Amino acid sequence: MRLSITHTTTYSYDRPVSYALLQLRLTPRNGAGQKVISWQSSVSGASPQVQYEDHFRNVTELVQMDPEGTTITILSQGEVEVENLNGVIGAGTGLAPLWLFKRPTAATKPGNTIRKLASSVKEAFAADPLDGMHKLSDAVSKAVRYTTGSTNVTTSAEEAAKAGVGVCQDQAHVMIAAARHLGAPARYVSGYLLMDGLNQQEATHGWCEIWIMGLGWVGFDVANEICPDDRYVRVALGRDYGEAAPVHGLRQGDAEEELYVSVQVQQ
Amino acid sequence: MVERKFFDEMGPDEAQVRAPYAEYANWFEGEDPRSLLKKSAEAETFFRRVGITFNVYGQKEAQERLIPFDIVPRIIAAQEWRQLEKGIEQRVRALNAFLADIYNKQEILRAGRLPEHIIAQNEAFLPQMMGMTPPGGVYTHIVGTDLVRTGENEFYVLEDNARTPSGVSYMLENRETMLRMFPELFTRMKVKPVSSYPAELRRSLSACAPPNFDGDKPSLAVLTPGIHNSAYFEHSFLADQMGAELVEASDLKVIDGRVQMRTTRGYRQLDVVYRRVDDEFLDPLSFNPDSLLGVPGIMDVYRAGNITIANAPGTGIADDKALYSYMPDIVEFYTGEKAILKNVPTWRCSEGDSLKYVLDNLSDLVVKEVHGSGGYGMLVGPAASKKELADFEAKLRSNPDNYVAQPTLALSTVPIMTKKGLAPRHVDLRPYVLVSPGRVHITPGGLTRVALKEGSLVVNSSQGGGTKDTWVLGD
Amino acid sequence: MLGRTAGGLFWMFRYLERSENTARLLDTGFRIALTGSENSSESEWESIVTTAGGREAFVQKWGDFDQANVTNFLLRDRDNSSSVLSCIEAARSNGRMVRTALSSEVWEAVNEAWMTLKEQLEKPVSVKNLAEVLTSIRQHSSLVRGALHGTMLRNDIYDFSRLGTFIERADNTARILDVKYYVLLPSAAHVGGSMDNMQWETILRSVSAFRSFRWLHEGDVKPKAIADFLILDRRMPRSLAYCLSQITGNLTYLSRGSEEELKSLALANQLDARLNGRDIDDVFEEGLHEFLKEAINQTANLASQIQDDFRFYG
Repeated sequence: MRLSITHTTTYSYDRPVSYALLQLRLTPRNGAGQKVISWQSSVSGASPQVQYEDHFRNVTELVQMDPEGTTITILSQGEVEVENLNGVIGAGTGLAPLWLFKRPTAATKPGNTIRKLASSVKEAFAADPLDGMHKLSDAVSKAVRYTTGSTNVTTSAEEAAKAGVGVCQDQAHVMIAAARHLGAPARYVSGYLLMDGLNQQEATHGWCEIWIMGLGWVGFDVANEICPDDRYVRVALGRDYGEAAPVHGLRQGDAEEELYVSVQVQQ
Repeated sequence: MVERKFFDEMGPDEAQVRAPYAEYANWFEGEDPRSLLKKSAEAETFFRRVGITFNVYGQKEAQERLIPFDIVPRIIAAQEWRQLEKGIEQRVRALNAFLADIYNKQEILRAGRLPEHIIAQNEAFLPQMMGMTPPGGVYTHIVGTDLVRTGENEFYVLEDNARTPSGVSYMLENRETMLRMFPELFTRMKVKPVSSYPAELRRSLSACAPPNFDGDKPSLAVLTPGIHNSAYFEHSFLADQMGAELVEASDLKVIDGRVQMRTTRGYRQLDVVYRRVDDEFLDPLSFNPDSLLGVPGIMDVYRAGNITIANAPGTGIADDKALYSYMPDIVEFYTGEKAILKNVPTWRCSEGDSLKYVLDNLSDLVVKEVHGSGGYGMLVGPAASKKELADFEAKLRSNPDNYVAQPTLALSTVPIMTKKGLAPRHVDLRPYVLVSPGRVHITPGGLTRVALKEGSLVVNSSQGGGTKDTWVLGD
Repeated sequence: MLGRTAGGLFWMFRYLERSENTARLLDTGFRIALTGSENSSESEWESIVTTAGGREAFVQKWGDFDQANVTNFLLRDRDNSSSVLSCIEAARSNGRMVRTALSSEVWEAVNEAWMTLKEQLEKPVSVKNLAEVLTSIRQHSSLVRGALHGTMLRNDIYDFSRLGTFIERADNTARILDVKYYVLLPSAAHVGGSMDNMQWETILRSVSAFRSFRWLHEGDVKPKAIADFLILDRRMPRSLAYCLSQITGNLTYLSRGSEEELKSLALANQLDARLNGRDIDDVFEEGLHEFLKEAINQTANLASQIQDDFRFYG
């Protein structure tokens, strides 16, 4: 299936910002089940600094906001050919060793809630890892109900698990933390999703991938309770959201920020 | 008379002076001890006036302290040095090959020569360095290899300082002081000079210009955390001596894809930065977001090939104490040769049998924290009280992974000048190694640290250690 | 040169100049206390503290304007940023920051000044030792200045150092005059009385100009001549006119090679023009107090423009 994507991100500030840098990870990856036909990014209100492949082979761009500016708009668009692999991505192409994805990060450090969640599928996981992970995905989806507005980008997996609510990012974090707790390498994927009947989305999507011996990386989208198919476009990978985030920035001063995101994914 | 069970580098007594010290001993005999003591005091005044000090954390008054300087040189014969040089070069090459491997294909782990958990559970491993080659393929531009001696031909490596080894300014100032105080000695003895170090450092850093550098001469700067850092004197000294800018993070900014310095006439491109800021604080965008000592975006610019950072981020994995005991294997794996320099036998307390041995023999061992430095959090068994031993035993039992143990080495002694004349004190040696593409340069000598307290084995300046000038003799 | 380095040099020499000025004020106060009448001394000490710019802080911490309090406040009070000790520490700390820009002689001189004075000012200074300490302060700052003149290249490093010195000095002279401007006014009551003589002497001594003034004016001490000497006379190294001509000179050097005219140079030229070829009667016409207030403000503006033009801070 060929997907056409338009993604606009706008940051506006209530007063001029003297200095700000943004790391952008917005270019879809070429790889298993996915081929980028065309892709273009442009920014206004900021100037491109450098572009490179980061340690997870994400195409990363650094841009600097124009001095004393009050808005930045980032526009990415293009077409990606996607194939349905039922979530099975297979072996990775990067140099990152598997053990790196077994270590918890600050955002995915398990606490009691996550440990309990993990142990509920421990036996199933031991008997059949793939089945165990499907069960974990179901369990997370029940334990952390999809609710917008109750968490933010800095909410940790354990916090979300405790609160029992969160968005796709929180659900992915909880799943990652629990999977790692069971000894399975796990990683975060940020990307796009074609949603039936929803032309205009207000955020990018995020899910996780778990390493299953014999299959390699397998995707799990807790929020939609399925394994990613040909409606999913993988953009960036990381140990958690922070490393795979579409935009990661730092700015001087205390201006109030307002974020507007518009994502259109069409066939 | 104290029983001399330690190897003394000058010789066991006045009748049996070792060859490298023969000429010095002759000279010394003709000197008046009182005038030597006076020179000793003059040296201190000089150091204080010039401001060769280090800052001690956590002390309100007298924050800047002097490292005591002893006027008796530590002398190493030409052939002794040649052997050391070979061993150091081999080890430093292996360290760089190891870093290149561990941040890329990790063949040493695949080959099973190093257990995965040593890297996987190590905080010093910096994922952000994966999959890139630093400019010129050099990770550790500057290394300080800590050596100790226990006998005529017995040298051990105590530690590989692959992050930001300090102290080189003392090596240089110590020599300047000796040249000024005892010019006649230098005419009588052929001492290899050390003064070219700053020029060599400059040459070495310049040879590692970033891939996208297209100018004539790369611009250099030393990045310091600022005047309150304990090694600030050294930072300004090195910048001054090699003709580089001394910059703080607030001077630097990413502009047009480069790291640039704020000058009185606008921003100027920086190509190679010798940073004396730890990895964690280097870039708030990529690492600790609260760091005020770092330059946001410098890692992005680095990965894009627009700046060289020396030493490369992530080199700490190579001098980690948990890794130390594997160094002989590492040297062999990457060079195909047996390690020339010996490693001190090390018990990893994370391993059950080793822990048992360590607990049974605590009073004979030196126990160190795996990630500690500066001689803090360390137990010297033979010098410890019963209570200290008991306290440490408790620490070991509750957190064994955090410790490694080594036998108490019979560190060699070199005499220092005291009111009662020459008296032996334990020493170590830190030679300074510069690595550039295809070249390893070792300054003859290095910094000799000396435990000034009689019988003490702790040479750290933060704990009552002093320094000596180190002489490598010519042939 | 790094902007931060330029700022460090500027402030190092501002603080050195200030330490010397503070010491001189104290010296003057002492002279007056020894020679003046009993009841006048308290107000003299007060006006000295006011000139040094820390009246409120003084009242809060020390209370009475007596000799011991003022001595402590001006010499060794770390809470007083203009005390000699604070200034020397700040100068040395800036010097340490810009060490790579200094000749070793200059660095060693400022480091030694700090080491010596820190020790001398560790405990309260008794009347008996005051002269010795004040001499030491004067000597140490002379040593730094001597090292600067004798060993530093005449390049931008030198220019920034000098800018700091003269900005501080201009400010200091203007302040001294402004605190006492009323004794220089022709309308003042007992003109020529012994009271006035003492006040005039205070002013002249505060800027080390007592002897040079008498020498130039052959002992004929008139308030207008004093004002003329300290404001307009370019032979006098602490006069406003002299300071401004130096500042203009240094800024002219620094602006060479830069494409557009520096705002700081334009401002300095404007201030210089205000003092050049002026008649002191004009100044009195304009109002001495207003003139001095304006001079103090403009000097501060100039300092902040220099800071912006040369990017001292990010």
